[in-house]
Amino acid sequence: MNSLITRAKELLENKSVQVVIGYEAGPTSVARPAFITDPAKAGTLIYDERCVQNLAVYLTKPEVKHLGKMAIVATLPVMRSIMMLISEQQIFADSIVVLGISADGSLLDIADVKVMQGYIEKSDLGNPEKYKELLAELNKLSPEERFAFWQKELSKCIKCYACRQACPMCYCTRCTVEVNQPQWIPVQSNTHGNMEWHILRAMHLAGRCISCGECGRACPVGIPCHLLTMHLVDQVHNYFNVYAGTSEKMSSVLSTFEPNDKESFII
Amino acid sequence: METTRKSIRKQSLEKLYNLLSASRKVYAPVIAPDKQVEYKYNPDFAEVTFEHIRSTLSVKNVVFPKVENLFFYSNAKTESTITDIDLNKIPEIVLWGTHPCDNAAFDILRSIFSWDINDEFFSKRFEKLVVIGLSCHLSDEYCFCTSVGLTPNSAKGSDILLSRLQNGDYQAEILTEKGNGIVTLSPELFEPISGEEVTVTEVKQKFNHEQVTVKLASAFENRFWIENSLRCIGCGACAYVCPTCACFDIQDETKGKNGKRYRSWDSCGFGLFTLHTSGHNPRQVQSQRWRQRIMHKFSYMPERNESLGCVGCGRCSSGCPVDMNIAEQLEALQNI
Ligand code: SF4
Ligand code: SF4
Ligand code: SF4
Ligand code: SF4
Ligand code: SF4
Repeated sequence: MNSLITRAKELLENKSVQVVIGYEAGPTSVARPAFITDPAKAGTLIYDERCVQNLAVYLTKPEVKHLGKMAIVATLPVMRSIMMLISEQQIFADSIVVLGISADGSLLDIADVKVMQGYIEKSDLGNPEKYKELLAELNKLSPEERFAFWQKELSKCIKCYACRQACPMCYCTRCTVEVNQPQWIPVQSNTHGNMEWHILRAMHLAGRCISCGECGRACPVGIPCHLLTMHLVDQVHNYFNVYAGTSEKMSSVLSTFEPNDKESFII
Repeated sequence: METTRKSIRKQSLEKLYNLLSASRKVYAPVIAPDKQVEYKYNPDFAEVTFEHIRSTLSVKNVVFPKVENLFFYSNAKTESTITDIDLNKIPEIVLWGTHPCDNAAFDILRSIFSWDINDEFFSKRFEKLVVIGLSCHLSDEYCFCTSVGLTPNSAKGSDILLSRLQNGDYQAEILTEKGNGIVTLSPELFEPISGEEVTVTEVKQKFNHEQVTVKLASAFENRFWIENSLRCIGCGACAYVCPTCACFDIQDETKGKNGKRYRSWDSCGFGLFTLHTSGHNPRQVQSQRWRQRIMHKFSYMPERNESLGCVGCGRCSSGCPVDMNIAEQLEALQNI
C-alpha cells in the first residue's frame, strides 16, 4: 500500500490534516484501527483483507476529533457511513479527507463529496454477497421458526453493546437503552429484554444501515445481529427504492413522509 | 489439607463425570456449532471438550450471574412487603475442566465481594462451588498467566486439578476437603500415580506485574492513556468476558404492584458508568475509562485487595472488536 502511505505522509507533512485514521498490524494476526499523527509513522499503515473495522465510527469520537482535521482510509462501507454522517449533520463534508480504497484494494482519488457520491452510485449497494445466502435462508423460514431462531440467538446476548459501539450510525451520546427515566428497555440481559433491545436497535437503523456487517463481527458471543439490520436494508429498498449513504442530502426514510409512499405494510 | 496425587484413566474420568452428572449440576465446556467454546450444564460426556484454550465467556456466572435477583417486593396502599431470596436454594455446582486462570479468578472475586461487607449472594454461591480444574496443554498468543503470577498448571482455586499425562490418562491432584469429597464418591477410580510425565503448555512471560504496579503509581496523568485508547469504542465486552470483573448495576423492575430488585453486570468502559445525577462525569472520555480498567486491576487492587485483578486469560483481548491487547499495553507500561 505504498500509494496510501505516500498520500498519508504528504497530508500530514503539509498539515492538510492532523491525523490519518487507518489500519495497522498488531502483535497478533489481526489488524487494528490506527491513528497516525506523525508523518514519520505513516509507514505503519496497512491495507489488506484483515482490515475489517468500520473506521467511520471514530469520526464522531471526541478524543479523535480533538486531534484536529482528519483523513480517513475508507472502503465503500466507510464512504457510505461518511455520507450518512454528513446527511445527518454529524460531520461536515469539508472537514474530512477521504482516502478511498477500491474493491480491489487500491487507492482512489476522492477529491470531494461529489466524487465520492459518484463512486458510491456506481457501486453495488445491496447487502454483500457473503450475507445474502444467510438472509435468504432466514426468509424461507416460517415466522414461528424465524422467531425461534432469533430467540435462541438473542438469549446469548450479554448486553455488552459492542454491536452498538462498533456501528458508525449508533452515535447517540445517550442511547435509548441508557435512558432510565423512564426505563424503556430492561437493563438486565434476559431473552425478553434482549429481544426488545435488538428490535429497538434494528428499527433505529432501518434506512440508515449501510451493510458493513461490523455489528455482527464485533459481537463477542457471535450473534449474527447484522442480519437484522441487513434484512431491513432489503425491506427499505423494496418499499422506497433507496439505499442509505448514497447522498449528502438524503433524508431518513422512516422519518420522512412522501405522498406517493407505498402503504402496503400499514395494516 | 495435604495434597495427594493420583492417576485417573480417561475411561474412569468418564465414569466420574457420569456419576457427578447424575446427581449434581455439572458445568462443563463444549464446542458449539459456531466453534465458540461455551459452558453447559450436564452435557453428555462425549460432548465435553478437553481441547479448548479459552471459553468465550468466563465461568464467573456460577458465582456472579449476569442477573441476580436480590429481593421481590409488592406495594400495597400504605406499606410494602419484601420477600427475600432463599439462599439455601442455591444448588451445589461442580465446575468441570476449567483452566487454572479461571480457577484462580474465584479468589480474586472473593476478595472483592468480601472487601468491606460480605456479599451473601456471592458467598453462598462460592461455598456451593466445587472446582475440578484442568491444566492447560494448549495455549495461544493471548495467554499470559505466567506474567500475573500463575502457571498453566497452578492449582490455585481448584479442589481437584487434572493434568494430562503423556499416555493420555490424567494426573489428579486432590487439594481440598471438597475435592476429597468427590474422590470418596468412587475412590476406586483414583489409582496410584504411574510416574508418567504431565503434558503442560509453555506460556512465555510478557511483563513483570510488580514493576507494572510500581510504574502505575505515577502514571495517572501520562499521555499513554489517550494515545493507547483512541481505538477503544467503549463497549462492555472486555469486562463482561473477564473472569475477575465484578462491577454491577442495581435496578428495580416493577409490574403493577409487584416488582423485584436485581443486579446485573456493568462495565467501567461504558459512558454511563460513573455519570452523576448532576450530569458531571469524573470519567468523561474513553481514555479515562481505559485507564480505570488497567489501574483497577494492576494498581488499586494490589493495594486494597492484596491481589491482582487479572489472571491473564486473554479473553478481553481476543474478544475486543478493535484489538485492544491488555498484555501488550502492560508490557509497554512496565517500560514507561
Ligand atoms: S451492518 Fe451493523 S454496524 Fe454496519 S451500518 Fe448496519 S447496523 Fe451499523
Ligand atoms: S455485541 Fe452481541 S452480546 Fe453484545 S449487546 Fe450486541 S448482540 Fe448482545
Ligand atoms: S477495550 Fe475493546 S472490548 Fe474493552 S471497551 Fe474498549 S473496545 Fe470494548
Ligand atoms: S483483564 Fe483480560 S486477561 Fe485479565 S483476567 Fe480479565 S479478561 Fe482475562
Ligand atoms: S476493571 Fe472496570 S468493570 Fe472491571 S471490576 Fe474494575 S471497575 Fe469494574
